[in-house]
This record gives sequence, structure tokens and C-alpha cells, in this order.
Amino acid sequence: MSAALKVVRPGLFDTLQDLGRTGFMALGMPTAGAMDRIGLRLANALLGNPPGMAGLEIGVMGPDLLVEADSVRVALVGPLSPAVIEAPDAPPKPLESDRTHLLKRGQILRVGMIEGSSTAYLAVAGGFALPPFMGSLSTYARAGVGGMEGRKLGQGDSLPLAHAQAVPADDRKLAAPFDYGSGPIRVVWGPQEDYFTADGRRTFVESDYRVSKEADRMGIRFEGPVIAHAKGADIISDGIGPGAIQVPGAGLPIVLLADRQTVGGYPKIATVASVDLPRLGRLLPGQAVRFQPVTVEEAEKLRRDQESRIARAIADFKVARPPGGIDLARLYEENLIDGVVYEG
Amino acid sequence: MALHAAVGRAREAGDLPGVIETVPTMRSLMVAYDPLATSRADLQPRIDTLIARGLSAGMASRRITLPCCYDDPEFAPDLAEVAKRTKKTVEQVIAAHLASAFKVYVLGFMPGLAYVAGLDRSLYLPRRDQPRVRVPRSSVAIAIDMTTIYPFESPGGWHLIGRTPLWMFDKRREQPVFLAPGDSLSFQRIDRKSFDRIARDVDAGTFDWATLVRT
Repeated sequence: MSAALKVVRPGLFDTLQDLGRTGFMALGMPTAGAMDRIGLRLANALLGNPPGMAGLEIGVMGPDLLVEADSVRVALVGPLSPAVIEAPDAPPKPLESDRTHLLKRGQILRVGMIEGSSTAYLAVAGGFALPPFMGSLSTYARAGVGGMEGRKLGQGDSLPLAHAQAVPADDRKLAAPFDYGSGPIRVVWGPQEDYFTADGRRTFVESDYRVSKEADRMGIRFEGPVIAHAKGADIISDGIGPGAIQVPGAGLPIVLLADRQTVGGYPKIATVASVDLPRLGRLLPGQAVRFQPVTVEEAEKLRRDQESRIARAIADFKVARPPGGIDLARLYEENLIDGVVYEG
Repeated sequence: MALHAAVGRAREAGDLPGVIETVPTMRSLMVAYDPLATSRADLQPRIDTLIARGLSAGMASRRITLPCCYDDPEFAPDLAEVAKRTKKTVEQVIAAHLASAFKVYVLGFMPGLAYVAGLDRSLYLPRRDQPRVRVPRSSVAIAIDMTTIYPFESPGGWHLIGRTPLWMFDKRREQPVFLAPGDSLSFQRIDRKSFDRIARDVDAGTFDWATLVRT
């Protein structure tokens, strides 16, 4: 029997995502990929997977997954509330997030709600055995490609696992939840800041903007003070990078994210620095942000500094001990047990 | 577009480390780079050098002929109105579309949706006042100074004057997107019978796309 995680109850918007389908924007192909790339990378790092391996991006509320494999090690990353593991022969047990867990056949993982973020990640050791599309497993639902048949997970879907059983290893956890930062969202002006009046640009950086209900993988529409255009709201279309902030005629900013179209005809007042894209990928409707301009050089340095902090978070992973403090590493070393599943 | 090609060649030669991809448009070239591998300060002069060297030479261009059926009113609901507004007969509109020297400039909005310039000047019209909620896949349409082919069923505000039996995006193909920036394009008129025959092959995945391309 092939190894799989079976969706016994779908969540709200769960899709397989890796770090994106790059190289095809010139053909009109959006990159898609994880909204919070840090979350996905940490989930993979906890499992020893390559950083760009596809994992399950949980949107707001996750699925219930039945383990149809001898065993599988999963990593949950993000503020889940918490996930729960159920088995026919045992009481439900809450699972901590930001760590790995060993699951065994017949158990049901109820991923549940996320609290304080719109996205969380579930990765599996060894990854999912699904065919890439144009070099990537990222789901792009509008074209029906990538991931699980190009769509979000549905009832009865079977996510094939690359490995039929987990390799004996310690579970690992983050020493602390990753600090995404809490100040203003850093942006670089342009490329079309000249399409806005000086007052309009001031409004943009001196006002709070609130995430509207129209927020999804394509982008976030913000509500707040109207930004004044200087010479209309139409440009000859040009390329749209991740985090491009379009301001259509109504004067309210739209930040474009993973599933954004590749070109667009509204002027872009600014572009979110890549350091803060994962924060946007976590925002919930109703949350307010402020935008703060930085130079290109500052944006590049912020990103390099963040990369060092990610490397440090990975270097600081701790062995996650089951309740009762059993030292699995020592047990393995002394060959007392071998690949046994513990019950906490 | 020429710069897009020049950057592509420079990347392949290893001259632009850190460049992830580029997106050509009618007004600019977007260069996506990895700030962990390079910086704007390092890249900008390298790209300026490419521009200074001159860009016109060495563009390998494919010449593509797409079959298009103009004859079925279901395929071409706007043909009569386009004729009326351009003061032509329907046959003259079709002839002008067939005679246009088209070139693919930009793909975007949807995967595989090409903005194809070169429409015969006598057919220039603004977009429809009232966009359609559903334009069928593979509709051939014109607006302003361009033509396009819808890769998916989608909303759309262009004038529908025909339909090709081909899919501009087919996820079963090794190269799912058929057109690319720089392609020269012309249309070949087919009747409904030929349309249905080609459509069957395209549906079945047995159509030989190479027959459309000359280099």
C-alpha cells in the first residue's frame, strides 16, 4: 500500500506550496509559492528537508489528515491553536507547534485553527510524491496547476508521501517562535511614485492602513486614507514584483503577493522590501499596518540580516523531549529502542 | 524585449549572478534578483553596459501561423459590430486581420495571454464599453492596436472576431505556454470543419504544434 496523508476533512484553503515557480513570468506565469517563505523554510529545516521542498500551506483553518503510512514525521510551524492528534485507542492529545512530531498509521492529525496569523505550514520528512509543474509543486489555482491537481485540498484527497515510514530520529523544535518584527512594513519607493502628489505620498507613509476582507494569495486590499494621484491611475503595463503596491483610481493601496499577475496597468507607489513579505503573508483582515520607506541598499541589508537570523534560528534548534523527559537521543545511542513511536 | 533576450544570454553565460528572471513589457524590463547573491548597485551598471552595447542584433524570432475560424457567429460575436464601426464589410475586417504583421510583445494578466501588436491601423477600436463576464477559451480578439487569444475562459473587454482551435495554455504540454515574447505571428483562415478536426486533435493531445512554427 502506498504511503499517504488522507484528507478526512478539508480546511479552508490548504494548498501545497514550495518557494515558487520562477523563470516563467515572461510567459505570464505567476510564481505562486509560500506566502510566508520563512515558515515553510523553518518547517523543512526542522525535518532536514531541502529549504525549497513543497509543504502544505494552511490558510486560517487546517485539515484533518489520516495517516495512511507506517509512520511519518511532520513539522508544524506557525501559531496553531493547537493541533490535536487522535487515535482510535487513545485520548486526543494536543500537539505543540514550531516542532516536529512522529505520527503513526491510523492516527488523525487535526491541524485546527491558526491564531494571530493567516498562514501556517505543515511539512513532511522526505516531502510529498507529486509531479512538479514547470519545475515547481506550488499550487496556482487560477490556472489549475501544481500541488494537488492545481487546487486547494478537498475531502478524500490522498497526499502521497515520498517515504513509507519515518527515519528514526529525535524530534526537533524551534528554541523560540521566529521573530518577524512588529514595526512598520518597510517599502522602497516606486517604480511609479511620480504618479502621486507629494501629499499623496505623505498620506501613504503617515497613515494606518487596515487589511480588508479582500485578502488572499493574490494580494491584500487595504482600507485607509485615499492616496492622491498626480497624473491619472493608468500606466502602460509593466512587470509586477512580489510586494508591488498598486494604487488604482480609488486611491487605496493593493499589495500584490504570491499569486499576483505578472504585469499590470496601475501605478505602483512603492514595493515592499523582501524582508517584510513573510509578514504580509501572515496578515489577517482587520489588522493595521504602516508603511515606512527605506532605500534599496537598506532593504538589501535588512534582508541579509534577516537571513542571518534565520540561519541562527536553525542552528539553535533544540531536541524536543516528550513529556516525562525521556532522552530519545541517548536511548538510540544505547540501542534500547529503535524507531518506536512514543505516546506522550 | 531585446534587452530581455540580452539579459537572458548574459545570464546563461554566467555574467549576471543573482538575476532570477526578467519580465519584458512595452515600457520597461523588470529584473528580479536575489539580494543575498547580488545588489542593485552591482547589477545596474552591468545591465547598463548591455544596453550601451546595442540590443537589436541577434534576436532569434519564431514565425508562427495560427489557424483561426472567423465564420461561426458563436466564435465571432463582435465581427459585425467591428465592421460597422470601422466602415468595412465583414470580409474586409477579416482580410485586414489576416494581413496584419503581428509581433508578440508581452505575456501577462493570465498565463499564456499574449499582447500582440501590429494590428492593421484600420481596425483600431477602443475596448468594449461593457466587458463580457465570460469570454470562451481560445477566442481571438482585437482592441486598440493589438490582437490577443484568450488562454482560459475569463472576463474580457476585447472585441471577439474569431476563434482558434488551439489552446494558448495547455498544462499537458512540456512547454505549457505556446507563445513567447518576440514571436512573429500571423493568422490563417480555416472553416468550421477544419476547426473541429484540429480541435479534436488538440483535445486528444495529438496535435503537432511544430507544424505552426518556422524559425
